[in-house]
Amino acid sequence: MPPNTPMITARGLSKTFRVAEKQPGFQGTLRHLIRRRHRDVAAVSGVSFVIEAGEMVGFLGPNGAGKTTTLKMLSGLIHPTGGELSVAGFRPERRQRAFLEQITLVMGNKQQLIWDLPPLDSIRVNAAVYGIDAMETKRRISELADMLELGEELHRPVRKLSLGQRMKAELLASLLHRPRVLFLDEPTLGLDVTAQARVRDFLADYNRRFGATVLLTSHYMGDITALCERVLLIHQGQLFHDGELEALTSRLAPFRQVRLELQKAYPQAAFECYGTVESHQEHQVLLLVNRERLTETVAALLTRFPVVDLEVNDPPIEDLMRSLFSAAAVSDQA
Amino acid sequence: MTRPRSRLLAASRIARILLSTQYAYMLEYRAEIALWALSGVLPLIMLGVWQGSGAARQLGWSAEHLQHYFVAAFVVRQFSVVWLIHVFEEDVLTGKLSPFLLQPLQPLWRYFAAHLAEQATRVPFVLLMLLGLAWINPDLLWRPTLAELGLGIAALWGAFLLRFLLQALTSMLCFWSERAAALDRLLVIPYLFLSGLVAPLDTFPPAIKAFALATPFPAMVDFPARILSGQSVNLSGGFFSLLIWCLLLGPLCWWSWVRGIRRYGAMGA
Repeated sequence: MPPNTPMITARGLSKTFRVAEKQPGFQGTLRHLIRRRHRDVAAVSGVSFVIEAGEMVGFLGPNGAGKTTTLKMLSGLIHPTGGELSVAGFRPERRQRAFLEQITLVMGNKQQLIWDLPPLDSIRVNAAVYGIDAMETKRRISELADMLELGEELHRPVRKLSLGQRMKAELLASLLHRPRVLFLDEPTLGLDVTAQARVRDFLADYNRRFGATVLLTSHYMGDITALCERVLLIHQGQLFHDGELEALTSRLAPFRQVRLELQKAYPQAAFECYGTVESHQEHQVLLLVNRERLTETVAALLTRFPVVDLEVNDPPIEDLMRSLFSAAAVSDQA
Repeated sequence: MTRPRSRLLAASRIARILLSTQYAYMLEYRAEIALWALSGVLPLIMLGVWQGSGAARQLGWSAEHLQHYFVAAFVVRQFSVVWLIHVFEEDVLTGKLSPFLLQPLQPLWRYFAAHLAEQATRVPFVLLMLLGLAWINPDLLWRPTLAELGLGIAALWGAFLLRFLLQALTSMLCFWSERAAALDRLLVIPYLFLSGLVAPLDTFPPAIKAFALATPFPAMVDFPARILSGQSVNLSGGFFSLLIWCLLLGPLCWWSWVRGIRRYGAMGA
């Protein structure tokens, strides 16, 4: 790959699936049998983005938005219907050996480890497939096991491992060949808070040590906020946002939360000229203030009221996403 | 010089590790494999049918020939069982194929290794069943010559490879149809009747026998069973037939893989 070339380039990436349609009931069944009807469903349409080497990018979107389909195209599992795609200088759908040696796709809901055998057996197979010699394999297993805090779990059958242990073993098996590009689809799915944090720490560490490029989808905003400065937001197969997480927050919510703790109670009406009063409890007030008027509003509040404590926050990203997607769902139904 | 050698070494390491891992996996299912082995007694049932009818004797087959042929057919059947389409169909429909596609190894090699490992797991059960047969009737077993054994095993592996390639070809239909395994069930009928599993080919009317010999099925049972049971057989013709069919099916499998994989939707994964 030539220097200064982006690690991932997608231009007008599209994927359309042809699905059979059947009406319910006996008549629908007969009609379906005689004359099948198909409908083209655009899972991804005209998505373009560029990801530089070493970047960690969050890929957000509701269920069915096209995140996983995009990851499958990027990893070469499925062929795009249209557009151009380049990953590490290769066209993924060709699945050339040199390309496969540089990427990995980890799916939280799928596993590559052999269920009835210890993870080490699957890892040995991976080592042979990627042509890693025995000494180097041992060294890498030990290094990754340390990073993932895995020990004797590697010797126990996969079916006997907890979800968190299994995911860590999955990561070890998927990263043994030290890929330069990581596609991670819900890697913390179903994990408890501690296991989620460990996986996040590991991914950050892996990115730091090996300069790997990471594209991560997750329904846990904690994963995204902890690991990614940049996010891609996909909705109904189209790219809605590409940029910093903070910029997304500003775009989705052109206001900030101002929390006031006061020496004495004031009526709600006293705060309504400063912004939207989200909650009001005697000494505590939560206001939504327009970002552009934030400084002057805070100054005015401090001047007029006896403020004990003041806090300015962005609204939780989960709430913003929820409101965005539910608004879109309502407009779809309409 | 060193590059092909290192490639060969790498390939042999993959084969060794894949086989040992698959063998460990199959051992976990030893009870199931023992039941599969037990379910492959059709040739022994057919032996009982043919012995009782006396029809083979009229065609010049002695009782001993008949016994040895069907016992050999039983062994051939045990070590040429192919179940690729059933796992492949599930893997395609549920997306389990995806992790294999992401690694630089043609996924069919994994299934091939799994079959070989399953055969190795089957060996003790088949030996026990043969000992059981010898205990019931010592005349059912015989000692083949070294040449018969060597050629018979070669023909048996050829038969397995041929069956694997034929099923690999039908398995590729999984990329187009959700129920490709149904086609394989259809292929069981010509396999049963034209391979020599139900009746030795010599018992067929000449026209049917000529038709059967033009298909790949006799090479799957009749040819290796005849060698193992020490009967007269056209060795060069049999091995040539195996070679030709494998050479025909191999590229066809590859061709349909290349086209089929474009249709893979990686659903469920």
